Amino acid sequence: MRIDTQLASGLVDRCMKRGASAAEVVAREETEFSVQVRLGEIETLTEADSSALGLRVLVDGRQASVSTSDYADATLESLVNEALALARATSVDPSSDLPEAASMASEIPDLDLYDPAIAALSPDACIDMALRAEVAARDVDPRITNFDRGGFGTVVGRTVLANSHGFAGAYDSTRISLSAIPVATDGDQMQRDYWYDTRRSLADLETPESIGQTAARRTLRRLGARKVATCEVTVVLEPLIARDLLGTIFSACSGDSVYRKATLFADRRGERVASPALTVVDDGRVARGLGSRPFDSEGLATRRTDVIRDGVLENFLLNTYTGRKLGMPSTGNASRGIVGAASVGAGNLYIGPGVQSHDEIVRSVKRGFLVTELIGFGVNVVNGDYSRGAAGMWIENGEIAYPVEEVTIAGNLKQMLEGIEAVGSDLEFRGKLAAPTIRIASMTVSGR
Amino acid sequence: MTRDAIEFFRDRYGITPEDVDRLLGVALARGGEFADLYFEHTISGSVQLEEQIVKSATRSVRQGVGVRVVAGEKTGFAYTDRIEVASIERAARTASSVAHSVSSAEAIRVTPAGPGLDLYPVDDAATDAAVVEKVAMLHEADAAARAVDRRIREVQAIVADEFKVVMIATSEGVLAGDVQPLARFGVNCIADDDGNRQVGRAGGGGRRGLEFFEGDESPGAFGAEAARQAIAQIEAVEAPSGTMEVVLGSGWPGILLHEAVGHGLEADFNRKGTSVFSGLVGSRVASDLCTVVDDGTIPGRRGSLNVDDEGHVTTSTVLIEKGILRGYINDRLNAGLLGVERTGNGRRESYQCIPYPRMTNTFMLAGEEDPGEIVRGVKRGLFAVQFGGGQVDITNGKFVFSASEAYLIEDGKITAPVRGATLIGNGPDVLTKVTAVGSDLALDRGIGTCSKNGQGIPVGVGLPTIRISEMTVGGTKG
Repeated sequence: MRIDTQLASGLVDRCMKRGASAAEVVAREETEFSVQVRLGEIETLTEADSSALGLRVLVDGRQASVSTSDYADATLESLVNEALALARATSVDPSSDLPEAASMASEIPDLDLYDPAIAALSPDACIDMALRAEVAARDVDPRITNFDRGGFGTVVGRTVLANSHGFAGAYDSTRISLSAIPVATDGDQMQRDYWYDTRRSLADLETPESIGQTAARRTLRRLGARKVATCEVTVVLEPLIARDLLGTIFSACSGDSVYRKATLFADRRGERVASPALTVVDDGRVARGLGSRPFDSEGLATRRTDVIRDGVLENFLLNTYTGRKLGMPSTGNASRGIVGAASVGAGNLYIGPGVQSHDEIVRSVKRGFLVTELIGFGVNVVNGDYSRGAAGMWIENGEIAYPVEEVTIAGNLKQMLEGIEAVGSDLEFRGKLAAPTIRIASMTVSGR
Repeated sequence: MTRDAIEFFRDRYGITPEDVDRLLGVALARGGEFADLYFEHTISGSVQLEEQIVKSATRSVRQGVGVRVVAGEKTGFAYTDRIEVASIERAARTASSVAHSVSSAEAIRVTPAGPGLDLYPVDDAATDAAVVEKVAMLHEADAAARAVDRRIREVQAIVADEFKVVMIATSEGVLAGDVQPLARFGVNCIADDDGNRQVGRAGGGGRRGLEFFEGDESPGAFGAEAARQAIAQIEAVEAPSGTMEVVLGSGWPGILLHEAVGHGLEADFNRKGTSVFSGLVGSRVASDLCTVVDDGTIPGRRGSLNVDDEGHVTTSTVLIEKGILRGYINDRLNAGLLGVERTGNGRRESYQCIPYPRMTNTFMLAGEEDPGEIVRGVKRGLFAVQFGGGQVDITNGKFVFSASEAYLIEDGKITAPVRGATLIGNGPDVLTKVTAVGSDLALDRGIGTCSKNGQGIPVGVGLPTIRISEMTVGGTKG
């Protein structure tokens, strides 16, 4: 590894000596391995190490940030000077200062984010898992005739953060993912779908066979899809799709949108914004969580925050900047890339599970649309307008009747959240965000 | 361009054509029929205004080399962020691991390419412009937006630029280089009419310096346009739902082509047989009013390139000619496997990425109809002039794009503005329903970014006003 807290703290000190009033350095290093397979052969194999460092400086309330992947002393020296010169050209913004010195994380808990078994995997073992997922998918049904690029990947990384309050922290993490993307053919119709898993530890990963079989079943059930007539119906979102809605809820609760009043939730803290069935929690400290970190991108302790409880908006998710703009403390949700100031990011964000199973929810619907895919970007969190391309299954009298495609679902987020009638028990993390099946009373389905 | 790039990497990192030959030899040492090296040095920067102050300025440098080895349909790839022979050699060995003793080829010594296209000569790169100049542009946009209406409450503006130097060396003897400037200006407004909050967005750019942002493309013009859109949305009514006649305005609505046919015509999907357009060359996929091209050679455009990211000269490719599918856009790998000519569409986001067939500037040629007449010919329908993003499932052909500014057409007249709505269609047949093509071809303003396999690259689109006899509009009003 080329980065450590010494490198980061040394650069912070250098900034202070050159006249910065505050400084923060974030550095990341990654070893990436990925293999894509198709029809029993390797299609692409990528292996690389990369490293980069970002520097944010403040000069009397003015800030700028710069980055580099070249750590030579001369480069760092000119980087510091460049950052200071750039900062002097921006405006004074008192909210952009570092967090208060007393609020910095004082301990760095071990959240079990690093699995040595991932770092030790041989390329052949990785290739084998990717191939097994494909074979399992193909063995499900002869109509699985082709594959898009499915594959296997690992990332072994280190994150380092230091600032001029004397904070210096580092943690290592791993990530493993496996996916299969089969294509099914029937007559002249061709359909594609996918299944995947992504985890911090090898032992937690769904087996290649299970991923391949699920991917095949998800693809096969789309064959014979048709368009339905335009109507208003009950809509059921399966977990991957409910998670997409959760992503929208996150945008609406994020301090970045709230202080700009660029969300329908601005000014609504403490009020009911959704049906009592909806509870949303962010937890940055789940052991082995993909959204877990011992400290956030400003060096504040991560934590658990109730966002929506029983339909009432309890808390926004904030970093230091957006917290100051709103007169509230940070919730430890600062998130940043290498260059630029911190924005707000989710930890492990989830919709609290209900008691009904997925099948029970489907059976409870007389006539409705089970959404299994959404495409497009037709969501406006400022005014709540929602209109997306959708595919899925038609429900008649509690039974899956036939697959549907080339339709849209539309409504307004306000009514959609108020209209949540049931939340499933099938909560499962497959990434940072997770949601169970959700039933929404009514949306417009546009089709024929 | 090639000469400038070769000199850049020689002077700054000491990399010579002889080093390149040796590294390509290492890449092919274990087999494989092709290898290439992609050297990149990119400086990017941004300055942002919000709440009427300049909140931040950024500048970053990205540098590195990607090494690729191709053996049949297999690709081995590795990269390093250190531009030095020893690191590149390690990457070349890693990339060669997929190629154990399949067919093999000897690397041909590289020869610098002669002067080729020069689509975006750089005098004053935006990355070198003084920050104060960018700050003045941001304030101009803010003032112009607020001057439109006192209900404009928030204005965010950004000027972002990039200056990329690339050098591509291949085992087929090519040594090409390019110097690629890119600048973008964007404005985002929120109007607030007593709690009714609406958004407007505008912007533009290209492979140009800051001198580009003048006249219709000045920061003030973009600020006023974003404000106008936000204010117009205050009065918007519910969008209609169901199937109806749709008129698309000229310019950015060309995103229709990008989603409906462009991605489906990328050669990798067609070689693998996973695109709904696979095997349809020579078939009718559009009405005979439609001719669609992908042209990477338009001077100064955001989607243009002198050479693609595999060192091949960029071209103009006819995808659909009078309704008949003529061909795909391809890169080296797919052109080779399909046995067709290369089109110069091999593109990648950075040295950390494998190139794939990607679009450049994709547009429909102008027709003969008067745009006003096209609208007058519609009894009840939707007139959509501004769009957000779009997406496509290339396997079943279903695509969407989301209108951010649209109006009802009633008895041939443009009437009420409607709320945002997604339009959905089927790629291989939406263009067969084009019943009129206007004479007013316009390219977009230059802010598009296309995403594929996790890689974002700058692209352009264009369209004359067109009428589509039926599309599904995803509003809420029955």
